[in-house]
Amino acid sequence: MSSNNRGLGGRQVLTLFVTGKTQRSSMAIENLKRLCETEFAGDVELQVVDVLENPQLAEDEKILATPTVVKRLPPPLRKVIGDLSDLEKVLLGLDLRTKPQE
Amino acid sequence: MTQTHTSANSAADPVEKIPTGVPGLDHIADGGLPKNRVTLVSGASGSAKTVLAGQFLAAGIEEYDEAGVFVTFEEPSDDLRKNLTSFGWPVERWEREGKWAFVDAGPEIGAETSFAGSYDLGALLARIEHAVRKIGASRVSLDSMGLLFSQLQDSATVRFEIFRIAAALKEFPVSAILTAERTDDDGDLSRYGVEEFVSDNVVVLRNTLEEKMRRRTIEILKFRGTSHKKGEFPFSILPRRGIEIIPLSAIELTQRSSDKRIPTGVDGLDALCGGGFYRDSIVLVSGATGNGKTLMVTEFMAGGADNGERCLLFAFEESREQLFRNAIGWDVDFEKMERDGRFKVVCAYPEVMGLEDHLLKMKDTLDEFKPHRVAVDSLSALERISTVRGFREFVIGLTSFIKSREVAGLFTSTTPSLMGGTSITESHISTITDSIILLRYVELFGEVRRGLTVLKMRGSFHEKSIHEFAIDGTGMHIGDPFRNVTGILAGVPQNISQDEIERIEKMFDTGGLS
Repeated sequence: MSSNNRGLGGRQVLTLFVTGKTQRSSMAIENLKRLCETEFAGDVELQVVDVLENPQLAEDEKILATPTVVKRLPPPLRKVIGDLSDLEKVLLGLDLRTKPQE
Repeated sequence: MTQTHTSANSAADPVEKIPTGVPGLDHIADGGLPKNRVTLVSGASGSAKTVLAGQFLAAGIEEYDEAGVFVTFEEPSDDLRKNLTSFGWPVERWEREGKWAFVDAGPEIGAETSFAGSYDLGALLARIEHAVRKIGASRVSLDSMGLLFSQLQDSATVRFEIFRIAAALKEFPVSAILTAERTDDDGDLSRYGVEEFVSDNVVVLRNTLEEKMRRRTIEILKFRGTSHKKGEFPFSILPRRGIEIIPLSAIELTQRSSDKRIPTGVDGLDALCGGGFYRDSIVLVSGATGNGKTLMVTEFMAGGADNGERCLLFAFEESREQLFRNAIGWDVDFEKMERDGRFKVVCAYPEVMGLEDHLLKMKDTLDEFKPHRVAVDSLSALERISTVRGFREFVIGLTSFIKSREVAGLFTSTTPSLMGGTSITESHISTITDSIILLRYVELFGEVRRGLTVLKMRGSFHEKSIHEFAIDGTGMHIGDPFRNVTGILAGVPQNISQDEIERIEKMFDTGGLS
């Protein structure tokens, strides 16, 4: 409840759903990894799920399209669909806090 | 019902079909839906697409022990489970037993989704395949895939992916129903113009307003490479059963004809009919109001009970109390017949439900009570709740059902004018019925008397003359023919002098015109 929870100590978890090892899949993975490093300096937990290997997870998260990145923590729940080539839209869509510049 | 799918032309038919188990559908589909193909079910909003999609799976489980996957794009699976259960399908239990699985592909509440770059529907396909494999499904319903267009921005991608998923379904392989919403009953088959291209088979559901009355129909528009019945067929949605299609063309003229006679129950009428009605014949009794139609029904029922038969009466004009009281007045004790298990009366106002529902309910009662005789009093009362076309379909459906059970039927029809003429009922069913008996008022010397004639009796000799009949405390009694009157049927009876009769008789001199 304290203001600390709103700080950087809160976990940020992203799950990226892809279908197989396609060019589009690896593009999305690369884009997201790069984004995590540049914008969050590794302060983000990133999971990659291949729906062909783990369809039940896709079912649980009600994923339709791939690639889709899901942010459950911190709330609110956000989803961004696509190969994540447009970094600005990804940041906006996920509503993630970037590291303070100072 | 489960055996009909091995149709006679299956040898020459390269497209295998699976019987759906939806009542009536397999008949109009000549055995069922094409196996391991995608069938498009198109209809406007409220045309029962979702019910059919659900029933396709439910009937598969109930009748053929085939598991099914329901992919929903619209209603959340929780709502759908509840709605489908109201049709008597224990979806939740089936899910536990691994016979039914949902894939919830609707918009997620509370999730904000945005787009950044290109994508495909690989996850949806993987989920469907996963569900199919997990429960070993051979049936899949997708309801309605077109909603993907409103969920996802890129319609070119959605279009392409719908094709891909449809192709994958065939590969699994499963038999699938794909529903598509159309904006109106006569427009394009689907809103986005995609679904009809992924499916070789198209079924159209309609819920139209005809003469201010709702009418649901189903039509198979095309089956590629295999046959089906053509045209629209009415159907009904029943609370605990789902969709039931009334297959009019199931009416085949192959019913066995019995030459066994049964007593008509009316004093003197047996002789006029050449020895009674045939055991499996349909008799239409036509007459003006108050002319003795209900009496004839009462006598027909009583005659059956006396003969040791079970008799069923559908009454659409009078209440049970009225009927029983009237019967007492004619020396017939319905109550005793009922106690003896020989009689059952079902009273209903025609307006309480649609004609299709009446028909299905009557069929149920017939199957339950298993009568030897059935009477409907009156058929024309049902006329007013339906369109002309709907009524004709009803009569054909009822007649064929009664005939297939080898039950003797007696329908009454009220003529609009006192002295003669016909009603719509008659013009529609006179060709279907085996016998027609006319009851007419005859005005003679300022007095109204009653006349009866057997107009038609298929396959039998019958008396051609018009007989006078009387009604008293013991019922109906057929008397002598009207010898010196003409024009009764036309409604303008005229007296003929004795000289004239003799003159005409001499002219023909055949001695018996029959």
